[in-house]
Amino acid sequence: MPELRPALLLACALAAPLRAAEGEPDPMQLERLVLQDCGSCHGLTRKGGLGSDLRAESLAHWDADGLARVILDGIPGTPMPPWRPIMTDAEARWIADYLLKTE
Amino acid sequence: MVRPIASLLLAATLIFACWVNLAQADAPRSTAGLGVVIERATGSVLIVDRSAHKVLQRVEGLGDLSHASVVFSADARFAFVFGRDGGLTKLDLMSGEIAGRVLQAGNSIGGAISDDGALVAVANYEPGGVRIFDADTLEPVARFDTGAKTIGLVDVPGRRFAFTTWDDGEAWIVDMSEPDPVPLIVPGMGAYPYDALISSDGRSYIAGLFGEDGLTLLDLWQDEPEPRRILSGYGRGEEKLPVYKMPHLEGWARAGDRFVLPAIGRHEVLWIDAASFQETGRTQTHGQPVFAVARPGGRQVWVNFAHPLNDTIEVIDTLTGAVIRTLKPGPAVLHMEFSPRGEEVWVSVRDAGQVLIYDTETFAITGEFPAESPSGIFFTARAHRIGL
Repeated sequence: MPELRPALLLACALAAPLRAAEGEPDPMQLERLVLQDCGSCHGLTRKGGLGSDLRAESLAHWDADGLARVILDGIPGTPMPPWRPIMTDAEARWIADYLLKTE
Repeated sequence: MVRPIASLLLAATLIFACWVNLAQADAPRSTAGLGVVIERATGSVLIVDRSAHKVLQRVEGLGDLSHASVVFSADARFAFVFGRDGGLTKLDLMSGEIAGRVLQAGNSIGGAISDDGALVAVANYEPGGVRIFDADTLEPVARFDTGAKTIGLVDVPGRRFAFTTWDDGEAWIVDMSEPDPVPLIVPGMGAYPYDALISSDGRSYIAGLFGEDGLTLLDLWQDEPEPRRILSGYGRGEEKLPVYKMPHLEGWARAGDRFVLPAIGRHEVLWIDAASFQETGRTQTHGQPVFAVARPGGRQVWVNFAHPLNDTIEVIDTLTGAVIRTLKPGPAVLHMEFSPRGEEVWVSVRDAGQVLIYDTETFAITGEFPAESPSGIFFTARAHRIGL
């Protein structure tokens, strides 16, 4: 199988499903998710796109619990999807904290 | 704060930079066989040689390149790179130098070049609208403020551009051959158009809808095109799956006598008759399609998928609509670009930091090279195609 080569297997291991370590958020994986996958709507610098501005100063009026809820449940009627099917509560909370604290 | 990803990226970049310097050629280049690979996380692009399967050069300093796209000058010498941050960069593929750069808006989504190659247009989310620049000088020529996030910008024959607003579903057609162009505004495109394409004959402008079960067609050969819903109710009223990445509509949609289009929020691609625009079939897919791209000539359709099922490509046979091959290029397959005659396809695998090259007959990997979070791949042959 030409598709299964060592370099790729290593990369696949790095990008294992978010649920691999249940309850223990993996910061590296989640940071990548925020930058790259949230970034596809919110921008790599989080200043927004089709999605809203997610920079720390723009989220100042949010608390972490509220943000985590939006991540898990999405915002119906908008393109913001619920991430609950592929993300734990602890992971959503980690992302909420990350968004509020990281410039 | 230590940013593990950032330091990894930096290390990889340094190693890569040494490697690229060795590969750089000083010899004069023809640009007809070249292309550009976007490195979305580092604000850089790679100039690549399509036939040699090689990176010629990395060019840095292009800003935020998430969701970046590229069009080419009429002579295929220059690449115009549209960045998310509103940056429009004109890159000289012969020298690898940045020939011009303007920061034309706060937040952008894509661009187009007029049929005569004289004008470059950029669609912006913020401030919402389209700005048009002289392709030689990047001096501003015109602006159209839509007051809404603006998507689906394409070139239309006759020195025209078409684009659509996300917020209120208006299509705008502007004729830049007029001295003082007044946009023709077509309301009623539908709820939340997320992207649009123009067919390679320049006639059909098709907008995908996020807020409705269907797509909208405009016949641009008409003087006053009327929006026509197509594939209405393709979701059969069922709840959409969560959409973790919006599909993309591109002008490679024609396969044989049908168009193939990604469904939104469903694991399906949709086939419609290219004359009647009636549905003729569906193909069940591995995940939610992002790109459904016809191989030049239309013999196959290659499909990639949204997060988290984005490690896979499916190849669909155009005649039967059946999936004939499943490939696993690696984590986060973002884009596929065919050679102009379709004998090979380049695939960006973002989280593996790789571009893979597949033979489209044997499905063997015939080349590969490292790239920093690669996303869009664009070959200069696009310079000679309507809608690309």
